[in-house]
Amino acid sequence: MAAAIPLSLLVLLLLGPGGWCLAEHPRDSLREELVITPLPSGDVAATFQFRTRWDSELQREGVSHYRLFPKALGQLISKYSLRELHLSFTQGFWRTRYWGPPFLQAPSGAELWVWFQDTVTDVDKSWKELSNVLSGIFCASLNFIDSTNTVTPTASFKPLGLANDTDHYFLRYAVLPREVVCTENLTPWKKLLPCSSKAGLSVLLKADRLFHTSYHSQAVHIRPVCRNARCTSISWELRQTLSVVFDAFITGQGKKDWSLFRMFSRTLTEPCPLASESRVYVDITNYNQDNETLEVHPSPTTTYQDVILGTRKTYAIYDLLDSAMINNSRNLNIQLKWKRPPENGYIHYQPAQDRLQPHLLEMLIQLPANSVTKVSIQFERALLKWTEYTPDPNHGFYVRFPVSDGSNYFVRLYTEPLLVNLPTPDFSMPYNVICLTCTVVAVCYGSFYNLLTRTFHIEEPRTGGLAKRLANLIRRARGVPLL
Amino acid sequence: MAAAGAAATDLEVARGKRAALFFAAVAIVLGLPLWWKTTETYRASLPYSQISGLNALQLRLMVPVTVVFTRESVPLDDQEKLPFTVVHEREIPLKYKMKIKCRFQKAYRRALDHEEEALSSGSMQEAEAMLDEPQEQAEGSLTMYVISEHSSLLPQDMMSYIGPKRTAVVRGIMHREAFNIIGRRIVQVAQAMSLTEDVLAAALADHLPEDKWSAEKRRPLKSSLGYEITFSLLNPDPKSHDVHWDIEGAVRRYVQPFLNALSAAGNFSVDSQILYYAVLGVNPRFDSASSSYYLDMHNLPHVINPVESRLGSSAASLYPVLNFLLYVPELAHSPLYIQDKDGAPVATNAFHSPRWGGIMVYNVDSKTYNASVLPVRVEVDMVRVMEVFLAQLRLLFGIAQPQVPPKCLLSGPKSEGLMTWELDRLLWARSVENLATATTTLTSLAQLLGKISNIVIKDDVASEVYRAVAAVQKSAEELASGHLASAFVASQEAVTSSELAFFDPSLLHLLYFPDDQKFAIYIPLFLPMAVPILLSLVKIFLETRKSWKKPQKTD
Repeated sequence: MAAAIPLSLLVLLLLGPGGWCLAEHPRDSLREELVITPLPSGDVAATFQFRTRWDSELQREGVSHYRLFPKALGQLISKYSLRELHLSFTQGFWRTRYWGPPFLQAPSGAELWVWFQDTVTDVDKSWKELSNVLSGIFCASLNFIDSTNTVTPTASFKPLGLANDTDHYFLRYAVLPREVVCTENLTPWKKLLPCSSKAGLSVLLKADRLFHTSYHSQAVHIRPVCRNARCTSISWELRQTLSVVFDAFITGQGKKDWSLFRMFSRTLTEPCPLASESRVYVDITNYNQDNETLEVHPSPTTTYQDVILGTRKTYAIYDLLDSAMINNSRNLNIQLKWKRPPENGYIHYQPAQDRLQPHLLEMLIQLPANSVTKVSIQFERALLKWTEYTPDPNHGFYVRFPVSDGSNYFVRLYTEPLLVNLPTPDFSMPYNVICLTCTVVAVCYGSFYNLLTRTFHIEEPRTGGLAKRLANLIRRARGVPLL
Repeated sequence: MAAAGAAATDLEVARGKRAALFFAAVAIVLGLPLWWKTTETYRASLPYSQISGLNALQLRLMVPVTVVFTRESVPLDDQEKLPFTVVHEREIPLKYKMKIKCRFQKAYRRALDHEEEALSSGSMQEAEAMLDEPQEQAEGSLTMYVISEHSSLLPQDMMSYIGPKRTAVVRGIMHREAFNIIGRRIVQVAQAMSLTEDVLAAALADHLPEDKWSAEKRRPLKSSLGYEITFSLLNPDPKSHDVHWDIEGAVRRYVQPFLNALSAAGNFSVDSQILYYAVLGVNPRFDSASSSYYLDMHNLPHVINPVESRLGSSAASLYPVLNFLLYVPELAHSPLYIQDKDGAPVATNAFHSPRWGGIMVYNVDSKTYNASVLPVRVEVDMVRVMEVFLAQLRLLFGIAQPQVPPKCLLSGPKSEGLMTWELDRLLWARSVENLATATTTLTSLAQLLGKISNIVIKDDVASEVYRAVAAVQKSAEELASGHLASAFVASQEAVTSSELAFFDPSLLHLLYFPDDQKFAIYIPLFLPMAVPILLSLVKIFLETRKSWKKPQKTD
């Protein structure tokens, strides 16, 4: 930035008549929610939802004034005549079998689907430009979206918001499964929040914890909604969601207890003054019907029961806007403890680091008698750096063998080592190509040339062949008459 | 038998020679051109000579000035000579490769009846109102009215008056050399209203060699087709301050009229946003004497960077953005004042950053804290804020205060805050700047393409270059004939076309092969082909020479 210069010069301006005529501001509101769900597998899922609602007709006004709604997205809506925009970035995959059904579904990688207004003439051009702009805003590779990975679904992906007609010509959908989600995608997402990450629930959004999880999904959804019950005019709703699944074993040293501080390494300190609703929901559903298995601290103000996705759930509700909630200690650290720790043995897992250390997985399991225990580990084949291949790469690579120890008396069992065949490249390919080409060219051209330019004539065997000459040489040396 | 054999051998040898020669011929006639053609890069022809000619372009900026003499302004016998035209030409000394000449073409004529009537009215406002009506003047042209020496239209001690439109009034004189004296005064006033070295130097600041003034001159925004203006209210402490600003009304009332007046210079879009928890990058210094906080001038550059990340890029357009920030300091740091070099608080409590925008610190009145609980509702006084922001906007567009000649009265500004001749002056400067930018772009493009011969030049790039060159020439011609509006449009076209050509992505698809890679590819192909051909050519050459020498020896 160039040097700043204090403004000392002030031009006297004949400003028009002063006085206040306070125009009716378009109303906007922010509501934030956090749902914490202990998952059946022992992991903990946290789902944030920030909803910004703006009672404004974005497309009509020439000059746009933004308050809670982020300007960057508002400009997109008006410039590209968007009706709906849904963008999600996901790292990992929601394991429905272990974690139960998710609140918010998203595919791995980046997903973008957009409904344009029916006034847009060249949908493909707008779509291309929009994906480029979004790639700039969210620091993602959305600019790789082109006609090869864009589809126009005709039956699915109906508009989620207010829509009069659904002509699927104005819908575009693209997925980038390879997109890796990281801090640089989270930072611009956080900047769209009115309270940034300074107050309210967004304080918990600390990148180094959020990406230390088994599942991370962040999304932006924009849609028009009815402003009032009779739906005479529309409002715009921006929904920013973020779901993470914390691996309880890694963060909790094998215990299933958790607290906000342990998960996010932050606690809630103050409510966002701009939010009209700011709540934390904790799922305290009893899994065993007979007795209470878990307790939360501090005890919630209210609890709430509902049937969600087919199961009856109980939630403890903490309202941050309730001034008594963030108490004298000036922070709120919600904790959950299991009264009777479930028998789950001990699992210690130390993930590998490429080229530095191997994986270590230790499990303390009580095996029933006469049983078969099967431990399976999935792995992916990968290409090594070409200097890291052994001289005989086709032989394969050894994986260290599992060891099992008995606990009561000394018995240690070793299994066979595993030999894995890794994909090996053809190391000699470029050399072969050059050699072959050179040989073909030299042989073809050389023989052809020789054939055409050589002079062929019959030679009289005057002095005989080479053998005769050699024989004569030897004979001369021996003093024998020549042939 | 032997003779026949020798003859046959000779025949074979001759055939072998012919075959070798034919090989060589095919390789040279067919092979080489084929190789050349297939590996050649497509390069459309470019007007290199015209582009290098642009550097030595002479810009003549012609300002048509109509000088109207009223009845008693000059001696009678001088009036007899009217109408006639005088040209005043002057070179503007700038250290720039383009020669810029400024030419005032003064068309002298007598006043028409309604002009006489208007200029004999009681006050300047009335006269202006009456003169305004007939016709709109063309952009860049000026009209000067010479009134009688003793006219009461101007205050007695004033010699001239510059109006808000494209008119000025100059006092006449009853003197033998009246035309000369009045002519000098007219040039003085016309210069103030149109072209001065300052304006052009500021316009060309990027192209001039560095000097100590250049930093100051680089304040104006670079010329562009359009501009985005963003007003941001920064509220770092929403717990204590509930700030409201009537930005809609302020934009409608103050900013939009100004931008409408400026609309000839580009497209403008205005928006606003409120950013919460956005703090400045430096901690202000506490002054216990006045119990207030101060930002030193040398700290100001560090203020902007942390805020800028929150401002959000203008996602929707490519135009440069002008940011105007209204900063309401947090309760813990208020009141906050900006200090200038001497340590005195800046009256406006605002500063601006060249080519970026302006920041104003808006302190909440301390009385509001007493009565109510936090957060306090703060209504921003938009008149005070907009005064500062509009002044900064003028500076950032390079509309500097005019250098008024001595004894000259300047009219009050128009309600939109911009005088018509100030807009003309901006257009002059922007046209010259655009021409300089386009010329530089074209020159560097030609240089680059000339230096790297592997770059493909497509036809559309070439046509953009031709269009840019034609537009530069057209703009220079229009400037020389005094048509400012069309010259400005042509200069904008020149910049757009030249940058389109320069930034064309096809130029980036560089077919660049390093020499060692070329050899690696060519040697396996060429060596087996070339060596036999060359060897047999050498052999044929030696034999022919031998056969030439033989007959001489036998002689």
